[in-house]
Amino acid sequence: MAYRILEKEEIAPSVHRMVIDAPDVAKAAKAGQFIILRIDERGERIPLTIADFERKTGTVTVIFQEMGKTTKQLAKLSTGNSLEDFVGPLGTPADIKKLGTVILVGGGVGVAPIYPQAKAYTSAGNRVITIIGARNKDLLILENEMEKASSELYIATDDGSKGHHGFVTDIMKRILDSGEKVARVVIIGPPIMMKVGAGVAFPYDVEILVSLNAIMVDGTGMCGGCRVTVDGETKFTCVDGPEFDARKVDFVQLMNRLAMYRGEETKAVEKYEEKCRCGLH
Amino acid sequence: MQELHGEKTGKAKKERTPMPEQPADERRKNFNEVTLGYTKEDALAEASRCLACKDPKCVEGCPVNVDIPGFIKLVCEEDFEGAIEKIKATNALPAICGRVCPQETQCEALCVLGKKGQPVAIGRLERFCADYEREKGVKAPEAISPTGKKVAVVGSGPASLTAAADLAKLGHKVTIFESLHKAGGVLSYGIPEFRLPKEIVQKEVEYIKQLGVEIKPNYIIGRIMTLDELCEEFDAVFLGTGAGLPNFMGIEGENLSGVYSANEFLTRVNLMKAYDPEYDTEVRCGKQVVVVGGGNVAMDSARSALRLGAEEVSIVYRRGEDEMPARREEVEHAKEEGIIFRFLTNPVRILGDEKFNVTGVECIKMELGEPDKSGRRSPVPVEGSEFLVPADVVVIAIGTSPNPMIFKGSEGLDQNKRGTVVADEETGATSKCGVFAGGDVVTGAATVISAMGAGKKAAKAIDEFLKEK
Repeated sequence: MAYRILEKEEIAPSVHRMVIDAPDVAKAAKAGQFIILRIDERGERIPLTIADFERKTGTVTVIFQEMGKTTKQLAKLSTGNSLEDFVGPLGTPADIKKLGTVILVGGGVGVAPIYPQAKAYTSAGNRVITIIGARNKDLLILENEMEKASSELYIATDDGSKGHHGFVTDIMKRILDSGEKVARVVIIGPPIMMKVGAGVAFPYDVEILVSLNAIMVDGTGMCGGCRVTVDGETKFTCVDGPEFDARKVDFVQLMNRLAMYRGEETKAVEKYEEKCRCGLH
Repeated sequence: MQELHGEKTGKAKKERTPMPEQPADERRKNFNEVTLGYTKEDALAEASRCLACKDPKCVEGCPVNVDIPGFIKLVCEEDFEGAIEKIKATNALPAICGRVCPQETQCEALCVLGKKGQPVAIGRLERFCADYEREKGVKAPEAISPTGKKVAVVGSGPASLTAAADLAKLGHKVTIFESLHKAGGVLSYGIPEFRLPKEIVQKEVEYIKQLGVEIKPNYIIGRIMTLDELCEEFDAVFLGTGAGLPNFMGIEGENLSGVYSANEFLTRVNLMKAYDPEYDTEVRCGKQVVVVGGGNVAMDSARSALRLGAEEVSIVYRRGEDEMPARREEVEHAKEEGIIFRFLTNPVRILGDEKFNVTGVECIKMELGEPDKSGRRSPVPVEGSEFLVPADVVVIAIGTSPNPMIFKGSEGLDQNKRGTVVADEETGATSKCGVFAGGDVVTGAATVISAMGAGKKAAKAIDEFLKEK
C-alpha cells in the first residue's frame, strides 16, 4: 500500500504544497479535518491539515512548512515518489453552517487550513471575510485561491511588504470595531498567534473558534497524547477537535505540551542534516 | 515413541521442563524476547509428561478448544508438522497464544497433573510447534471454494484475526478494515517486543492473508465509511474494535509533560519503535518512572521503561499483590528485573515544575476494606498517609474502554453504560441485524485468548446467519 505524490511545489520559501493520490480520504474529507502520514517504515506519524481535496480525482492536498526532521525529509520528495502511509480524514469536521458574516483569520501555514473552510462557509451562504498574514510578502501563501473563495480578502505582513503593516488581528479588530455584525471568528495559526488573536476578540460579542495543533501519534483517540484542557475538561484534539471554543482553551498548557520533545526534535534535525551532508541520504 | 506417553510407562516426571530465558541483568537492557523457547529435546521431554487423558479437561480450559492431547501425542512422535496442523485446525495464531495466553488460569489450570504436581507446559509446547513451523516455512493453506458471501471485519486484533481466519476457511470473502498502519491491534502496538516479537505477529498476519483475507490498513470505520454504510455493502459485519480508549484518573497534574497513557507510551515504544534510534518517533526516557496500575499493561509499561534506561521504575497499585490482575509470570519477570512494587498505594495528584514537566507523584496509603457486592475487598485511603514518589515520567495504566469513534453514524447498535457493545455471549450477535461483535469491544479490556474465543464463536454464528440469509 503506497500513496503516490502527484504534484509537489514550493509555494513559499520552505513551504510546500503536495497533492496525494488518496481516494478513500478524498471521498470522505470535510473542511476542518486532517490526515496523518508516515513517509517510510522508520518514519514517525505526523498530522497535517487537509488544505484541499477533490472527490472526483481522489486527491488530497496538504501544505506544510519545513520545521523538523520529518517535514524536511518530506520536502525532499517529489512527484512520482510515494508515502508509506496516509490516513484520514481525521478529526471532527468544522461546524460549517449559515451564520451571516464569518471572519477567517490565518497566519503562516495556518492559512492552508483556512482555505477549505473559506470555500465551505461561502457555499453555505455566508459572507466570508478572510484575513491572511505572514512575516513578509514572499511567505504569503494561497492569495489567489483565497481571493476566489472569500467575499473580502485582507492581507497583513509583519514587515509591511504587502497589505497592512502589522498583524492579522489588527485587521480583525478593525472590522469588529466597525460595528459590522459578525457571527463567528475562526483563527488558525501558531498557538501563540491563536492565543493572542483570540484574546483580541474576547471582548466582542462573537463566537471564536480555533483549530489546535497538539502533538499526535495515532490520531484516532487511542492514546491521548493530544489531550488539551477545554473548559476544565480533558479533551482529545484528534477526535473532539481540532476545532474548539477559544474562550475555553488552556493555551498555556497546550504550548507547554507542544514543547515536550523540543530537545529531541533539535537533535533529530541535526542528525538528519549531518547524514544529508555526508551523502548517505 | 508412544511409550514416552507417561500413562503407558507410569513414569511421568513431576517437574515440568524449564524454559530457557535471558538472564535478568542482561535482558533488562534490551528489547529481545525474554523467554527463548524449548529445544526439540525440551519439547520431547515435556510432551512425554502428558497422560493423554480420555476425557481431557485441558481442552475445556482452552477458549478455542485446541485438541491438546492430540497435538502433544504428535509431538511425542516427533511429527511436529502434524502437531501444528492439529493446533491450527482450531487456532489461527498459535505462536502468539503460546506466548501471551495466561495458561495458568486456562488450559494448564485444568491439567490433571496440576492437582499433585506441575501441569503440562501446554503453552510452551504450542509455542514450540508454531516456532518450528515458522522456521521451516509455513505451508500455504489449501484453496477453498468461495461461497460468494462478503464479510467485513472491523479491527485487526486477536478477535478479528481469528474470526477472519475461520470465515475465510469457510469460503467467505473477508475484508479487514484497520485504522492503524499495521495489523495486529494490541499484538502490534500494546504487547512489547520482549514478550511478543513483532516479526512473529506479522508472520501470523501473513498466514491469515494466505487464507484469502484482504487487509485494508489506514482505513477508519466511523470516518471513511460508517458502520451503516458497511452493512449495506457486506452480507455481515464483525466488530472487533477492542477497547482502545485510555482511561485517565482525573487527578490534578495529569496533563503535565511526561504523563502518558499506557496506550501512548506502548504505541510509541512498540508500534513506532521509539527505543531504536534509527526510528523517528520519540519517547521520553525517564530516570525515575512511576507506572499506575496492576494489570499486564502496567507490567509491560514498567518493563519497557526500564529497558529505555530508567534507573528506578515503580509500580503503584491501589490493592495488594494477590489482587493484581497481571499474569504471575510477568510479575515474577518484572521483580527479577528490579521493578519496585508499591502495593496498597494510590496517586492523589501529579506534581510538576514551572516548565510544566512532571517532578513527582503524591500518593496515599490504602487499606483493604470490607468485601463489596462483587465479593472484592475495595481499597480505602488511610487518612494522613500521603507521601511523595519522585518521578519524571508517569504512565497511567488503569484500563481502557471502547473507542466511541467507531459508533459514529451507526443506527440501532446497543451499548451499555461503559460504552461496550451489547452482544450475545454465545454468538456475538448484536442488536443490529447482521452485525456481530466480540473481544474487548464487548467485554472491556480482557485477554488475547478470550478475544480469540469470541472471534471463533462469532465466526460460527456469522456462517449460520449467512446460510439462512
